[in-house]
Amino acid sequence: MLDVRGLTVAFDGLPAVDAVDLSVPDGEVLAVLGPSGCGKSTLLRAVAGLERPDAGTVTWDGDDLTRTPTHRRGFALMFQDGQLFDHLTVRRNVGYAQRLRRVDRATVRAEVDALLRLVGLEGYADRLPRTLSGGERQRVALARSLAAAPRLLLLDEPLSALDAELRIRLAADLRRILRDAATTALMVTHDQDEAFAVADRIAVMRAGRIVQEGPTAAVWSAPADPWTARFLGCSEVLEGDAAARVLAAAGLPSAAGDRVGVRPGGLRVAAPGPSDGDRLRGVVVAVGLTPDGRHVRVDVDGVGVLDALGGPGWTGEPGQAVDVDVDPVTLARVGP
Amino acid sequence: MSAGPGTVARRPPVGRRSAGIAVAEVARVLLPALVPVAVVGVFFVLPVAAMLQRGVWPDGSFEPGAVLDVLQRPRTRRVLWFTVWSSTAATTIAVGLGLPAAYVLHRLRFPGRGVIRAALLVPFVLPTVVVGLAVRELISTSGPLGFLGLDGSAAAILIGLVFFNVSVVIRTVGVAWEGLDRRPAEAAAALGASPVQVLRTVTWPALRPAVVSAASVVFLFCATAFGVVLVLGGVRYSSVETEIYLLTADLFDLQAAAALSIVQMLAVIALLVVVGRLRRVPDPTVRRSVAAAARPQRRDAPAIAATLLVLGAVALPILALVLGSLRRDGRWTLAHYEALSGRGDDLLAVPVTEALANSLRIAVDATWMSLSLGLVVAVVVTRRVRSRTAGRVRAVLDGFFMLPLGVSAVTLGFGFLIALDEPPLDLRSSPLLVPIAQALVALPLVVRTLVPVLAGIDDRQRQAAASLGAGPWRRLATVDLAVVWRPLLAAAGFAFAVSLGEFGATSFIARPTEPTMPVVIYRLLGHPGALNYGTAMAAAVVLAGVTALVILAVERLRVPGVGAW
Repeated sequence: MLDVRGLTVAFDGLPAVDAVDLSVPDGEVLAVLGPSGCGKSTLLRAVAGLERPDAGTVTWDGDDLTRTPTHRRGFALMFQDGQLFDHLTVRRNVGYAQRLRRVDRATVRAEVDALLRLVGLEGYADRLPRTLSGGERQRVALARSLAAAPRLLLLDEPLSALDAELRIRLAADLRRILRDAATTALMVTHDQDEAFAVADRIAVMRAGRIVQEGPTAAVWSAPADPWTARFLGCSEVLEGDAAARVLAAAGLPSAAGDRVGVRPGGLRVAAPGPSDGDRLRGVVVAVGLTPDGRHVRVDVDGVGVLDALGGPGWTGEPGQAVDVDVDPVTLARVGP
Repeated sequence: MSAGPGTVARRPPVGRRSAGIAVAEVARVLLPALVPVAVVGVFFVLPVAAMLQRGVWPDGSFEPGAVLDVLQRPRTRRVLWFTVWSSTAATTIAVGLGLPAAYVLHRLRFPGRGVIRAALLVPFVLPTVVVGLAVRELISTSGPLGFLGLDGSAAAILIGLVFFNVSVVIRTVGVAWEGLDRRPAEAAAALGASPVQVLRTVTWPALRPAVVSAASVVFLFCATAFGVVLVLGGVRYSSVETEIYLLTADLFDLQAAAALSIVQMLAVIALLVVVGRLRRVPDPTVRRSVAAAARPQRRDAPAIAATLLVLGAVALPILALVLGSLRRDGRWTLAHYEALSGRGDDLLAVPVTEALANSLRIAVDATWMSLSLGLVVAVVVTRRVRSRTAGRVRAVLDGFFMLPLGVSAVTLGFGFLIALDEPPLDLRSSPLLVPIAQALVALPLVVRTLVPVLAGIDDRQRQAAASLGAGPWRRLATVDLAVVWRPLLAAAGFAFAVSLGEFGATSFIARPTEPTMPVVIYRLLGHPGALNYGTAMAAAVVLAGVTALVILAVERLRVPGVGAW
C-alpha cells in the first residue's frame, strides 16, 4: 500500500504540492482530480521519484522510498503522451522492462503477446510507434507499464490526449484491465469523466492541497465545499431558503444550514401542471441546444436562475412559465 | 455532367500536369543558384581541375597509370598510413573527451557555464599555424611540458588535432543532447532502468546520429589538417595535405601531388556522403525543446573531471604561447611585441603590423563574398520542393557547395596559381584573389550555419503571412529575416575568423609584398633565431586574440547550434 505523508514540492519557493497526505490500498485505483496547474502532475512525479520533495515521505508497505531513485521504486509511470521509444518496435517497447531484468527471450515474447492481447493489439508487435494512432500508442504504453509488473502503476492523464469518443471507450477498457490485473494505481487527471470511469476512490486537489478524498460515489454526492461542488459539475450551490425549496421539491428532508449543489442534468423543465405545494415553478430566461438536449435557463421562484434541461416533449421559448422537476440522485450535499 | 467527387475526366492528365510542376520547380531551384554555381565553378572547379590535369595529363596525353605509380611509392604509402591512423586516433580521443564535456556543458547547470561554452568555441576557429606554434611551445624541451619529451613526436600532432576538434564534438553532441526530451529517459527509469541502462537504451540511440556525424566531420578535419601538421610534423611526419604542399611547392612533382589530391578528394567525398546521410533528420521544422539543465550530482563527478581535463588541454597551449611570447633568455620582456611593428628586413618584406592590416582587409572582403554566396546557397537548398526531380537537383546542388570542404586548400591554392594566370582570367595580381579563395574555404561553414535555421522555418508561417496580405518581399522580411539575421551575423563572424586563419590556400597565392598574418608567422618560424621565434609567438598571440574576440562576439548572439555539424 502506498502512503504519502506531508509531501511538499516547491519551485522557487512556491509550493506546487503542499503537505499532501494520500494512501492507496492494494488493488485500488485512486484518481487525483484537479484543474490544470493544481500540482497533481508534480505530485505524481514526486511519487515516481522524478521530482525531489522538499518535505514529507513516500512509503510503500512501511518502507521509506523518499530517497530511492525512480528505477528502484517498482512504480511504473505511464505518461500523458505515452513516451514510447520511437526507435524500438512495439514488441521491444512492451518487453523493455523485462529485458532490463534479463528475463529470457521466450518468456518475454510470451508475456508481450499476452499483454498485447490484453490491450487489444494482437498482431501489432512488429510495428514502430510512429505508425500507430493515438489510441493505439496509449494502449502500447499501458501494456509496457503493466509488463514491468509494477507494485504501483502511476497514470498521468492517461486518456487526455485522445478525442472524446475514444476516451470513453478506452476508459472502460482501462478500468477492466486494471481490475483484471488487480493493479494498484494512482492516476492524476483534470477530466472528471476519466476519473469517475476508472477510479475506485477520488481525491480532489486544489492549489497544491487535497481538499477531499473518498469513494467515487461519496465524493460525487457530497462535495466538501462549494468550489469542489462546482468542479464536480454543479452549476449552482444554494443555501438557506433556496436550498430548502430545492430539497423539498426533490422530496428530501432539509435542515437549517444545508447547502445544495444542483447539476443541470438533474433539473427537467416541463409544461406547467396543476399547482402542487413543493414543485418548483419559474419563467424561462433562455433556451439553447446542446448534444444532451434542450438547455434551458429558468428563473425559479424563490430560488434564482438555474440551468436545466428540457424534459421529454417540452418545446418552449423565453418568457414561458414552466415547472421544474428535480432528480434527487443528482443533488449534491455540499459540506461546510 | 456533374463535377462531384469521382469525376476524373475533367482533370488534366496527371502525368503532364506534374511534369509541368516539376519543370517549374527545377527552374525555381536552379535559377537563383546560377550565380553561386558560376562562382564556385570558375574559382573552385576550374583551378582544382587544372591542378588535376597537370597530374594526370602531364604532357597532353592521358596517363592514369602514373597516378597508380605514385601510390606505389613507399613514402606515399607512409604518408597515407600516417594520415589515416593519426586522424583515427585524434578523432577517437576528441570524441572520448568531448562526450562527457558535452554532457556537463549542455545538461548541467553551474555558474560560469556560458563563459566556458563560449571559450570552447574559440579553438575551432583559431588559425592552424597559431595552434601548431602553441602546442610546439608547450611541449618544446624548454616549455612547460618539455619533460614529457614529446617534441617532434606524432603525439604532438595528435594534441594539436584534438585541441581543434574537441570543440566540434562538444558543440555538435551538446546541442543534440540539450534538445533531447527528458521524458523518454524518465519513462525508462519508471520502468526500472538504472541510470546506466537509461544511457544505453534510450539516450545513446537518440544521440548516436549526432555523435557519428561529429566523429565523421572531425575525422575529415583531421585528415585535411594542414597548418598543425606542417608546424609540428617537422621532417618526420607528413600527412596527405602537407605532402601535397611539399610536392607542389618544394619538389614541384605535380604528378604525385595530383595523385594524392585525387585520392584525398575521393575519400572526402565518400565521407561527406556518409555524413550527409547521417545528418538527415525526418522533419527539420519540428520544434525541439531545450531541456532544463539539472544541478550537478555526485554521479556526475567523472564527467566533470573529464571536462576539466578538456579545459586544461585547451587552455595550456594558449597559456604556453602567451608566456613564451613574453619571455626571452629567461627574463620577461615586451621585445617580441615591439618587433611586430619594426621589421622591414628582407625576411619579411613588411612589418607584422602591416600584415595584420592586410589580414583584416582581406577578411572583410572574404566575409562579404562568402556571406552573399552562402545566403543564396542556403536559401536554394532549403527550398521546399514537391517533385522528385527538383528534390534531386537540390540535393546535387547541396553536395556541390560542400565541395570546398572536401578539397585540400593547398590544391585549391595551387590551382589558382596555374588556372587563373592567363587572359581572360588573369587574376594573379588582383587583390581579390586571396579573399576569393578564402571565401570559398569558408563557404561550407557559412552554409551549414544558415541551413538549419532556414530549414527550421515552418512554411505555414509564410503561408499565414501571405494569407494576411503580405507580398513575397514582405514575407521575406517578416518571417525569414526575423529568424535569420542572428545566424547571418554568426556566419559572418565565422567567415571572418576562418579567413584570418586561412593558411593552406593563402600560402600559395598571397603576394610576397602583401602577406597575411599566418604567412608571416610561418615565414618567421622557418628561420632560425630566438627573435624570429619570439616574434612569431607574439604575432600568433595577436592573431589568436583578434580571432577570439570575433568568435566571442558571435557567441554573444546565442544562435542555437552555432558551430554544430
